[in-house]
Amino acid sequence: MKKRLPIIFLFFGFLCWSCNPKHGHVENLLIKGSDTEVNLALTLAETYMMEDPDISIAITGGGSGAGIAALINGKTSIANSSRAMKAEELVMANERGVYPLSTVLGIDAIAIIVHQDCPLTEISKHQLAAIYSGRLNNWKYLGGSDDEISLYGRQSNSGTFVYFRDSIVQAEYASNVKQMNGTAQIVEAIKNDRNGIGYVGVGYIQENKNQINQGFKVLAVKATDQSPAYLPTLASNIENGNYPITRPLFQYTNGHPKGKLRQFLRYCLSAEGQILVQKSGYFPVTKAYWQQNEQALVMGQK
Amino acid sequence: MQIRRLIDRSIKRLFFLAAFLSVMVLLGIFGMLLINGIKAFEVIEVSDFFFGTDWNPSAYGKPTFGILSMLVSTFLVTLGAMLIAIPLGVGAATYLAQVASEKTRLILKPIIELLAAIPSVVVGFIGIVMVGPLIARVFGLSNGLTALNGSILLAVMSLPTIITVAEDAIRAVPRNFIEGSYALGANQWTTLMRVILPAAYSGIIAAIILGMGRAIGETMTVLMATGNALAMPQGFFDPVRTMTATIAIELGEVPYGTTHYYSLFAVGALLFIISLGINLIAENIAARYRYKA
Repeated sequence: MKKRLPIIFLFFGFLCWSCNPKHGHVENLLIKGSDTEVNLALTLAETYMMEDPDISIAITGGGSGAGIAALINGKTSIANSSRAMKAEELVMANERGVYPLSTVLGIDAIAIIVHQDCPLTEISKHQLAAIYSGRLNNWKYLGGSDDEISLYGRQSNSGTFVYFRDSIVQAEYASNVKQMNGTAQIVEAIKNDRNGIGYVGVGYIQENKNQINQGFKVLAVKATDQSPAYLPTLASNIENGNYPITRPLFQYTNGHPKGKLRQFLRYCLSAEGQILVQKSGYFPVTKAYWQQNEQALVMGQK
Repeated sequence: MQIRRLIDRSIKRLFFLAAFLSVMVLLGIFGMLLINGIKAFEVIEVSDFFFGTDWNPSAYGKPTFGILSMLVSTFLVTLGAMLIAIPLGVGAATYLAQVASEKTRLILKPIIELLAAIPSVVVGFIGIVMVGPLIARVFGLSNGLTALNGSILLAVMSLPTIITVAEDAIRAVPRNFIEGSYALGANQWTTLMRVILPAAYSGIIAAIILGMGRAIGETMTVLMATGNALAMPQGFFDPVRTMTATIAIELGEVPYGTTHYYSLFAVGALLFIISLGINLIAENIAARYRYKA
């Protein structure tokens, strides 16, 4: 026992030292939330950390709901959310002394995917609402085979789940929608299900372009039964507002961001950052949101 | 002399503390679940909770907190798992204990115990990638994310538990029972069915119930492989949402202190009580049928 004493002390000393978070003056930034945005956030963070070695950014997914909950509970610096915060969430945040402020990181479109062998090539918003609320439950009503429609969606912690329901379905989801863990799971499930239909963020599809027509295909969507149908895979359709299912991607902070947090957010909105946004399959911030972003970031100046 | 007695006593007290700590942790967890779970019933009606079929806390309209569909789902997958695992498990245990040669036993037993070491995510992954599509092909379904998928995977996960405990129970049957049976002219099969298995009954029941407890509490596997649809399942070919999956999915996104938050604790408390009940029943049965050889 006596011989091993110095080693034991060294070991405990090492434990204590390694538990100390401040090695050098590195600032830690926590980003949590949307799975739609997580890969983009990772790319932005990694490039930014190369330029600024004094910052350490940790990113987790978990869904927009999880990110917002973390912001309300004071457990994250930035909450990534693919939907706007609900009124109840804002009230709860204020009750806990958190004052959420949003910047828009980019624009996302939601793609509707079906199995490769499905005879449909386009679908209207109205039909989507009927399918996902359970009113329309057989492909034969849409010109397909006499098979029950197999519905795939996300889970309730996902911003995509909430956004799709509130803007397209505008009613409760049918109770037989299969709730998958993430975008990748929906795509994989559709590839194996000839009667399946699902909604996914376009970003994932763009990143895996070579997989389209290797099991699934993207439907063109028309806003009304009479309007022309547009594919989300053509960037121009999103940028000029023709594709009907688009949404802003938010980053929420507690109040006006300061210091390195503000610098990181500025980076995301810079030309360099927006190029990364596009490379990840999303679309750059449109003019409508520029003013809001400027206000949020400029006024944080010390 | 005094020091030795002191050391003796303090070590005994240390061991008591260790045991006491385990009991405290159990009571603490149960207490936390109950205290937080009860708060949910300030807003939710008890009858709505237990008999409502719609679990929809983040609803478009009014949120509902009915767990009946989830309760049925949990029991459906568990029932399916037991229907598969019991004959396979007891059969394998019997083979290992009575029929296999010592060499075969030495090889097979560690392999079976290794089955228990497979992480549940891996089993879930196998379910999505292999078992699910297989089920879809065999039964002509459009996809394999069904209760049947979950049952098969859970059976695989509870098999090692059942086999190990049942095998020990069968081995523990006194030799004079078996020798007496042979002496009376019975063959191996009759001895097995009429003497050995009834004698090992308590242990086998305990094994089954332990396996069932494992199946009920399994989260990751069912989360990945059963489709998580909230509708009340009509059969084994429907997607299901178990209570464990619901807690796993929703606890991460719920702000502290909301009704949704407390309702998840209520679901957890219910799961805890069910598992506890199952284990108590197992103990009771095992004690009652135990042969005092």
